[in-house]
Amino acid sequence: MIRLVDVRKTFNADKPNEFTALKSISFEVTRESFVVLKGPSGSGKTTLLSLMSCMARPSAGRIFFNNQEITSLPERFLADIRRRSFGVIFQQFNLIKGLSLLENVMIPAYPSGEKFAVLKARALGLLDLLDITPRADAKIEWLSGGEAQRVAIARALINDPLVVIADEPTAHLDSRLSREFMGIMQRLNDGGKTILIASHDPVVYDSAAVERIVAMRDGQLETGGRLS
Amino acid sequence: MNTSSLAKQRYILDYAFASLLRRKSKNIALGLVYSFLVFLISTVLFTATSLKHEASLTLEDAPEITVQRLVAGRQDLIPVAYADSISAIRGIQSVQPRLWGYYFDSLSGATYTVQASTDLAENSGETVIGAGVSRRYEPEKPARKISENDILPFKTHDGHVKNLVVKGFFPAHSELITADLILISETDFRTIFGIQPGYATDLVIKARNERELATIAAKIVQLHPDTRPILRNEIMRTYEAVFDWRSGLILLVLSGTLCAFAVLAWDKATGLSAEERKEIGILKAVGWDTSDVLYMKFWEGAAISMLSFFVGVIGAYFHTFIASLVLFEPILKGWTVLYPEFRLTPSVTVYQLTTLFILTVIPYTVTTIIPSWRAATIDPDSVMRS
Repeated sequence: MIRLVDVRKTFNADKPNEFTALKSISFEVTRESFVVLKGPSGSGKTTLLSLMSCMARPSAGRIFFNNQEITSLPERFLADIRRRSFGVIFQQFNLIKGLSLLENVMIPAYPSGEKFAVLKARALGLLDLLDITPRADAKIEWLSGGEAQRVAIARALINDPLVVIADEPTAHLDSRLSREFMGIMQRLNDGGKTILIASHDPVVYDSAAVERIVAMRDGQLETGGRLS
Repeated sequence: MNTSSLAKQRYILDYAFASLLRRKSKNIALGLVYSFLVFLISTVLFTATSLKHEASLTLEDAPEITVQRLVAGRQDLIPVAYADSISAIRGIQSVQPRLWGYYFDSLSGATYTVQASTDLAENSGETVIGAGVSRRYEPEKPARKISENDILPFKTHDGHVKNLVVKGFFPAHSELITADLILISETDFRTIFGIQPGYATDLVIKARNERELATIAAKIVQLHPDTRPILRNEIMRTYEAVFDWRSGLILLVLSGTLCAFAVLAWDKATGLSAEERKEIGILKAVGWDTSDVLYMKFWEGAAISMLSFFVGVIGAYFHTFIASLVLFEPILKGWTVLYPEFRLTPSVTVYQLTTLFILTVIPYTVTTIIPSWRAATIDPDSVMRS
């Protein structure tokens, strides 16, 4: 489903502060799999996630999504793939302050221009699924950490993506909420979504839901991408 | 544009308005400053145009040619006999000698324009005055206005006093030109100013064909080389120059303020806060295209500038045509110490509004788009690292 061939990512190329975050990564994620990228801070997990979710382009190498090479696609096509196929849950949640919970959930679907009633019904359905419907009209800044993360999950799911990507999703959660999060991810995986999580939290990579763990260090895969 | 594109634009528009409301204080401050800029420029523009319009309406009844006599380069009294020889020029319908001048009244400290009127020829001892004269006459008693049958005393050229009875007033709609005007009979005029019979201040000429005015003027100079014919069109051009000069003067005086406000507005409008940049990153990361972000910022800029434009223009309209230019009155209206009190007739053209629109809304919208475009073209993965 997602295939990376000899991918490198260098930041600030040809400048004194040049830094190579990923060094020759070849790696594949299959459809409906549950993969965790594990490794210490600075190992390149987040960079790898952003390349796979079409948020950035590699400095070298090729990336395929559903057997289509996306490495050199123009920005608007990448945005389209990002919107339709990937739902991202950020470490800091990155919800937009001042907007209601419901509005935050609906934002990724605005560019598709579908009917408001249909979109709202789907957003409310997701809030219901994640047990936060009563707070649909509340402002984001009034939510607790756990609630904010549920909103971030709902937002990631609004366009019914094939892949759900989460970057350090349990960094701001206690153990109970972390396990709860993994439960939600397992349900989504059972429902046919491909799950890709970057984390160094044992609650995540030790979870029974995880099918495959890819260990990373210093911008390289430690295990060669095999099942650990 | 298909239905989903329209729906998309509506979503983006909704989001843009919600975004403006989320940054209320910044956007209200920006809108106020911007409205004030539009207000100042519009007021000056509306006023200058309306005054020119007003003056041109008033000048419609002015003589087509005024002939003055020059002695040593200065205007002097003209012999009435010149009228006979000038009237013989082909194309001239009538020549009328005119007596008029200025009178400084030490009681009120004002200078009036005094003119001899043929309508008052049989009414020696009577006068018709402008509204400004009646208001100004007794400054120590500002509440009292001159009314009909009151006495208006004049100091004559030889030191005597000549009392005239006020028999009428000029209508309010002509106040721009008649505020300081006093009409008296020819006899009284000659008595007050000591002008001998057979002399007049100037001659006014009516021609049969307006297109022959320049030729007639040339013939008058040929006949009487010591004269200076002045065409009505020349007076109109002078008025226009005066009002343009005055409006330019106001803009010059205000230019410091305008620049300060413009810089403030520019700074506020073009600077994206860290929060706004992050928001753009989030929108891109969740699937918005660069063009979607630019549309959103365009609607934000357009909403602020359009709203400010309308507030500024409507404010200027009220200030100019209803509040009678409370702020700029002393500079734009009147030429003596007597300020005319009148309401300008609204004279706003589509051309003016379009010019204002192009000068205000478009630059603002464009300048706010540029920083947003810079922010919108960054890779969305920047939010992954924030």
